[in-house]
Amino acid sequence: MVHWSAEEKQLITSLWGKVNVEECGAEALARLLIVYPWTQRFFANFGNLSSPTAIIGNPKVRAHGKKVLSSFGEAIKNLDNIKTTYSKLSELHCEKLHVDPENFRLLGDILIIVLSAHFTKDFDPACQATWQKLVGVVAHALAYKYH
Amino acid sequence: MVLSASDKTNVKGIFSKMGGQVENYGAEALERMFVTYPPTKTYFPHFDLSHGSAQVKAHGKKVAAALVEAVNHIDDIAGALSKLSDLHAQKLRVDPVNFKLLGHCFLVVVAIHQPAALTPEVHASLDKFLCAVGNVLTAKYR
Repeated sequence: MVHWSAEEKQLITSLWGKVNVEECGAEALARLLIVYPWTQRFFANFGNLSSPTAIIGNPKVRAHGKKVLSSFGEAIKNLDNIKTTYSKLSELHCEKLHVDPENFRLLGDILIIVLSAHFTKDFDPACQATWQKLVGVVAHALAYKYH
Repeated sequence: MVLSASDKTNVKGIFSKMGGQVENYGAEALERMFVTYPPTKTYFPHFDLSHGSAQVKAHGKKVAAALVEAVNHIDDIAGALSKLSDLHAQKLRVDPVNFKLLGHCFLVVVAIHQPAALTPEVHASLDKFLCAVGNVLTAKYR
């Protein structure tokens, strides 16, 4: 089980309270597809992903981004139990979606950059370190049930 | 992975926006890397790594200068950083994984100080550029 200090929990929940999940989620997923174009392989049925503009404006990308980041919120509500929280999602990503777990790490790093741009100086080194730990733990939990 | 013409334009553009601040960005990226990825500190046992350290500032300046040199010779990064590449292969031998970590922290710093300029397209180009620099620095490792 991951150990979170009181300070880390505070840094996570206080920042999360200010995150616009829909906007942030949409932006994070769009940036993933733009910065690491090979990740588009999972979204063949999303329609037009032919350019950064198309990706940013794509309603399926926005909706899915929101879904993904909302699920992140579940981890934050269950910081002491993330593996259990994501158990079924992990199985889904392995057995049905066939997503290489490396993609979870890529998305985690993209999310950090989106948060950096949004919160700027408030996203200080301690905040970044805590959130990097969180995205790492989420990525690990999502990969945990792979077989 | 190849830098397209628009990648080069994007990278030159954002570096010119950073201007003289790029030295500070180098130091900040290093500090964030040390805090976020503690194993990276193992390469600097001889440094004071506390916040505001003069050594980290100086080293950040060096890192930034190398990046600027690469930008100024973006058509031949391998040529521009050849001596640095030798140094990393023969003397420093920093494990290749760490260049990705520093590159990521540099992106974070740019996002913090130039959020409007770091559009998704520029983000992609800058990420590619930083990867290219890392690749050059580790190219002679074996």
